[in-house]
Amino acid sequence: MRLLNASGCLDALTAPEVAHALDGFVTKTVTPLPREGNAPPRIAETAHGMLNAIGLANPGRERFLADNLPRLRELGVPIWVSVGGFCADDYAETCAQLGDVEAIELNLSCPNVDEAADSAAEIVAACRAATGLPLNAKLSAAHPDIAGVACAVAAAGATGLSLINTLRAVALDRNLRPALARGSGGYSGPALKPVALHAVRACAEAVALPIVGMGGIATGRDALEFLACGASDIALGTVLFSDPDAPARVRAELAAACAEAGVASPDDAVGLAKSPETEAKVNA
Amino acid sequence: MNAARRKCRVTGAERVGLYTLVRVARNGLEPGVPGQFFMLEAPGRLLPRPFSVCLAPPGELAFLVDAIGPGTAAIAALEAGDELHVFGPLGNGYRLDVDRPLLVGGGIGIAPLPYLAEQLGGEPRIVAGFRSVAHAEAASILPPQTEVVIDPTLVTSCHLEGWDVLACGPEPMLHAVAALCPTAQLAWEAPMACGYGACYGCVVTIDGALRRLCVDGPVLDAARTRPACDNLSQAMGATA
Repeated sequence: MRLLNASGCLDALTAPEVAHALDGFVTKTVTPLPREGNAPPRIAETAHGMLNAIGLANPGRERFLADNLPRLRELGVPIWVSVGGFCADDYAETCAQLGDVEAIELNLSCPNVDEAADSAAEIVAACRAATGLPLNAKLSAAHPDIAGVACAVAAAGATGLSLINTLRAVALDRNLRPALARGSGGYSGPALKPVALHAVRACAEAVALPIVGMGGIATGRDALEFLACGASDIALGTVLFSDPDAPARVRAELAAACAEAGVASPDDAVGLAKSPETEAKVNA
Repeated sequence: MNAARRKCRVTGAERVGLYTLVRVARNGLEPGVPGQFFMLEAPGRLLPRPFSVCLAPPGELAFLVDAIGPGTAAIAALEAGDELHVFGPLGNGYRLDVDRPLLVGGGIGIAPLPYLAEQLGGEPRIVAGFRSVAHAEAASILPPQTEVVIDPTLVTSCHLEGWDVLACGPEPMLHAVAALCPTAQLAWEAPMACGYGACYGCVVTIDGALRRLCVDGPVLDAARTRPACDNLSQAMGATA
């Protein structure tokens, strides 16, 4: 099991010691052109989570490759580059220019920008033709058939899944106006965990791809549940905002949670919550 | 980042006018430079809340809290013996290499001034403005030379020109100070989830672009900023 950050939840250049506590650093999503992001207010706390509408703020592909990526490489942490765009070619062109990184995560599901016109499978296929690097498809649990999308991106050449992205949501301020300037935002935090566990379990039962599980993980027990549902790696998102020491803490708690559950190691927990019939089906 | 996150014991909480001064044991945390801030765990809430250091007596850190939302209310309700996570110091703080310091605070914006005055030394001139007599009782935590004004008298009526102004207060006050004193150092606030550059939530317009206040600020030279958010007070409500 590898412990990562969720894309957009850590800046390894301002907090290198947090990145060093991870097994890989996932960048904020890189788009072809620079994006300033959405106007503030961009975040709002809710009863059981938070909303964000950052809007894929990033320096753009050219400056990322020339400036950010070399500095990220100096950290010595495996780099996963999150790639975004507004059509399949946007994604593919960025993938074609990336070399010497651990993996590419295709952000196919940002709730804070207008969606790409091309389907997830079309984007993955275009990227597969552009690079030989590992390609993780980051999917949204808002899709009514996320397992079906997982099968489609697997057939198109994805080598892994990242589950799940935030869910589009709205919070109101005391004057009954949207708390975020954009109106809606991406919902994250503890409220997402059951939704994410279902998505991980459904996709793990549908395809044989390795899954990075994320969505409301705050403790080692949370991480263990994602592994049991079929994730092989874990990413921390919102919890990093309140606890920059979460990587070491979650690792320690995970070891204790394994012992408590009678599981020898995190890797031995993977898939324990899958149903036996579907396990047989995938293997066949 | 030289900040650290520690579990700290509350050593006391006292009413200061309409605000609450929460004192915690340092537990190894450095107080940092005046104007820097700490993220305080808000009991029962998902996200911590940012507070500048108000006082840094030996072994303690003290934060001035205005209970304007569920998180700040939970922090203001802490009692001696309670424990909470405290993370910092964060951000940049004021530059202290000034010749003729004038400290200007508005409302809860007086929070960083006691520690700032102490670190500057030499009894600097201080002007504090409040919106009511009840709010002005908070001036009791400021040094005795403080000039207190109460709305409708504004701090900007106090002849700020010709001084090295170090200010903290509501946005309209900071803009008014900036107009009078283009070289002023202004401490801003913004809704903030993390305090260390991770969430990209606290952007304000700095040098013409949206930049993270927790990384580039919270203290900015007056010439570098303009309002990024028309409804900041509403925005603070959602994360306060």
